[in-house]
Amino acid sequence: MRILMFGWEFPPHISGGLGTACHGLTRELVKFDDIELLFVVPKSFGDENQSDIKLISADKIPVARKEIVFEEENKIMELLEVESEIIPYISEKEFWNLKTKVHNSNARFVETDEGFKISFSGTYGPGLLEEIKNYALIAEIIGSENTFDIIHAHDWLAYPAGIAAKKISDKPLVVHVHATEFDRSGGNVNPVVYSVEREGMEVADKIIAVSNYTRQTIIDKYGIPDWKIATVHNAVEPLTEKQKLKLKKGIKEKVVSFVGRITMQKGPEYFIEAAYLVLKKMSNVRFAMAGSGDKMNEMVARTAHLGISDKFHFTGFLKDNGVYQMLQMTDVFVMPSVSEPFGIVPLEAVQSGIPVIISNQSGVSEILSNAVKVDFWDTFAIADSIYGLLNYPALSEYLKNSGKKEVETFKWNLAAKKVREIYKSLLTKKNKIQTKKT
Amino acid sequence: MRSICLFFQVHQPLKHRRYRFFDIGNDHYYYDDYTNETTIKNLAEKSYLPANKLLIKLAEQMKEKFKASFSVSGMALDQFELYAPQVIKSFRELAKTGCIEFLSETWSHSLSSLKDNTIFEQQVKLHEDRITNLFGQKPRIFRNTEMIYSDDIGARVYDMGYKGMLTEGAKHVLGWKSPNFLYVNAVNPRLKVLMRNFKLSDDISFRFSNSNWSEYPLTAEKFISWLNNLNPREEIVNLFMNYESIGGRQPEESGIFDFMENLIKKIATAKNLKFATPSEVVREVQPMSIVNVPHPVSWADEERDLTAWLGNEMQKEAFEKLYSISHRMANCNNEKLIKEWNYLQTSDHFYYMSTKLFLGKKNYAYVNPFVSPYEAFINYMNIISDFVTRLNEDMGVLNPEQKIASLNKLIDEKEKKIKKMEDELIQLKKLKHQKKHQKKRQKR
Repeated sequence: MRILMFGWEFPPHISGGLGTACHGLTRELVKFDDIELLFVVPKSFGDENQSDIKLISADKIPVARKEIVFEEENKIMELLEVESEIIPYISEKEFWNLKTKVHNSNARFVETDEGFKISFSGTYGPGLLEEIKNYALIAEIIGSENTFDIIHAHDWLAYPAGIAAKKISDKPLVVHVHATEFDRSGGNVNPVVYSVEREGMEVADKIIAVSNYTRQTIIDKYGIPDWKIATVHNAVEPLTEKQKLKLKKGIKEKVVSFVGRITMQKGPEYFIEAAYLVLKKMSNVRFAMAGSGDKMNEMVARTAHLGISDKFHFTGFLKDNGVYQMLQMTDVFVMPSVSEPFGIVPLEAVQSGIPVIISNQSGVSEILSNAVKVDFWDTFAIADSIYGLLNYPALSEYLKNSGKKEVETFKWNLAAKKVREIYKSLLTKKNKIQTKKT
Repeated sequence: MRSICLFFQVHQPLKHRRYRFFDIGNDHYYYDDYTNETTIKNLAEKSYLPANKLLIKLAEQMKEKFKASFSVSGMALDQFELYAPQVIKSFRELAKTGCIEFLSETWSHSLSSLKDNTIFEQQVKLHEDRITNLFGQKPRIFRNTEMIYSDDIGARVYDMGYKGMLTEGAKHVLGWKSPNFLYVNAVNPRLKVLMRNFKLSDDISFRFSNSNWSEYPLTAEKFISWLNNLNPREEIVNLFMNYESIGGRQPEESGIFDFMENLIKKIATAKNLKFATPSEVVREVQPMSIVNVPHPVSWADEERDLTAWLGNEMQKEAFEKLYSISHRMANCNNEKLIKEWNYLQTSDHFYYMSTKLFLGKKNYAYVNPFVSPYEAFINYMNIISDFVTRLNEDMGVLNPEQKIASLNKLIDEKEKKIKKMEDELIQLKKLKHQKKHQKKRQKR
């Protein structure tokens, strides 16, 4: 079967767990003989690892490509109207000229560059909603040009693309929920994002959630019937040799770290409060918060207020090797997320032989048993666990060793197997309907 | 005869490089050499050297009639030695003209006067010795970092042997009073206080090249007429400014050099105006009254207070953490650490953490090498952390068990001593008793 997959980011150009998860899953999927995969991202940078997967970059797809090949130049516009109802325009002036002509009532205008291509930044900056919309337009073209059996869209940014491809091809759509707006916003849901997510989930033939925690959110907050949603837990890539390289740790103290975006979702303030409590009891420990985000300045001010900033450090955003550097210095890893659909970093920490403390409000706590689990708001419990792991080596040694063994069983090929089963069931269902019809 | 007291501050901080968490314990070099070198070389070329040249020329022409005073911070001197030794040479030439008085300040332009008197005194002594060595004159007048002054600081400065001190003629301190008189400290009236005339000083240092200013262009004639139009009873006009104003903030193209030359010549030759050094003012002018400054003032911002350095929680935290190791630095003999400890105290590091001008300031990058005050804070705290680890290594910090053991040993020793003394006491009592008996017997 051929799978048409829509994503938003792909390693090494990632800002979070989404790209890492997409890469891990797709790499294992293509190992099955019966699966062929087309992966579409809004913008490829050229340095992605494409040895296993064919990566299509949406900004490389000319809106009017086909027409130029087959038609004489002066007839391009006419054909476009009929073919895709998307009319490319280059500048304001051109747009005005096109506007004044008579077009099919369904025609849509889209700004392109001179090769009739739409430019994408592929990031999360301003103009994101515009990009998502344009991405769906390109999806329509890709959907009509390629043959495939199933469409698979990762996270809300790609849902409109998935829907567009489904509409034009009438193939089953799988949406993969890596996070919901409720996780990201902490309750202050952006209605536009919510509506995009909900539409994707409603149109989809099957939904894959990265944890039961997320599955429950989809049922409760989006009103999706539970039979439509399957849980496929994420996994973690084995460490490469480069990541295992030992670095010189300059500090004699123990290091307790937090790695993640400094946003409401990740619960950075609970980490700081816990650090404050621990520092009251012991002094040979340092805390590090790696990452950046909209709450960073507030957090810096908070550590200053508590008077712990000589022991509490901010590293700023770390690129992938920086994360491993951080983990190598770490003695205890804490993830106090308020709402975490999955949470891949704690697994990476466990892989590196670090005992972890994770919040119950996370997907990873469903599968990882060799970890200390606490409620994110319970700063006393977090502090208590940090203190215990630092001062009672028996406990941390146990978690280190058994955790490492446990994480080795979280493999992407198991996740890929489950996804493949989902594809198969969709196809048989569709075949049944078709045979019934005939 | 009205005295014009001209004073210039010369100070440049040693800027820190981006010091990351991962550097702590691994890399002990904190400074951004490139930025520091370019800043110093640039200012030397545009401001310090041409301005010194002008002043030397004028001193030779006007002889005794031209006078000015300087305070050159240790941070500036150290950086001149490193990057632009010709600036030191030209300051020494300037000193040789005999028209220049050098004032004393804290060696690293620090805020130590607000925190720790011992460190304050150390830093002042350090600076005084350096100035005496370099320019051959022992400073008699004190100018604290950024004109920071309070009654308490003034009294302490007098105790260190200074006769006068410079500060800001802040409105909220003076009220209806004029800065153009000599004042005395409220705690110790023997210390004279010179108050900056911020209006006339800033006309030159800030507004000179501002074409939107209603008095633009400013000419020497105009400035002289302002000086002449003051109330006839007003005896001194204190023009205190940053030396970089000449050629730096006010670029050469603005005509600042010509203006200064003309102004100085006109004042020196005017009938009712003359130049005076702060020492001469303190000696010759009769003080008008005491000035009450219970809370510290400075010459910074509109508020003229300490909020530029110690306004928010980050600044206070960094300040507290820095001086929390002062008692340990007192026992430190490592010269390298002592030097860097002084560098760390530079007030500018705290200024970079100020959130006052964070928003909407166009020239933010000009005043702050960091992207935001938060980054400045993170950076500084990382450096402090590294410094403390170095100090720990140098001094050898005892862990709690060792401490308890050593204290126990001490207690044991004392107890033995006490026991010994008690024994002696008992013996002595016995002896006394015996003597009494003997006397009684003798009486019988």
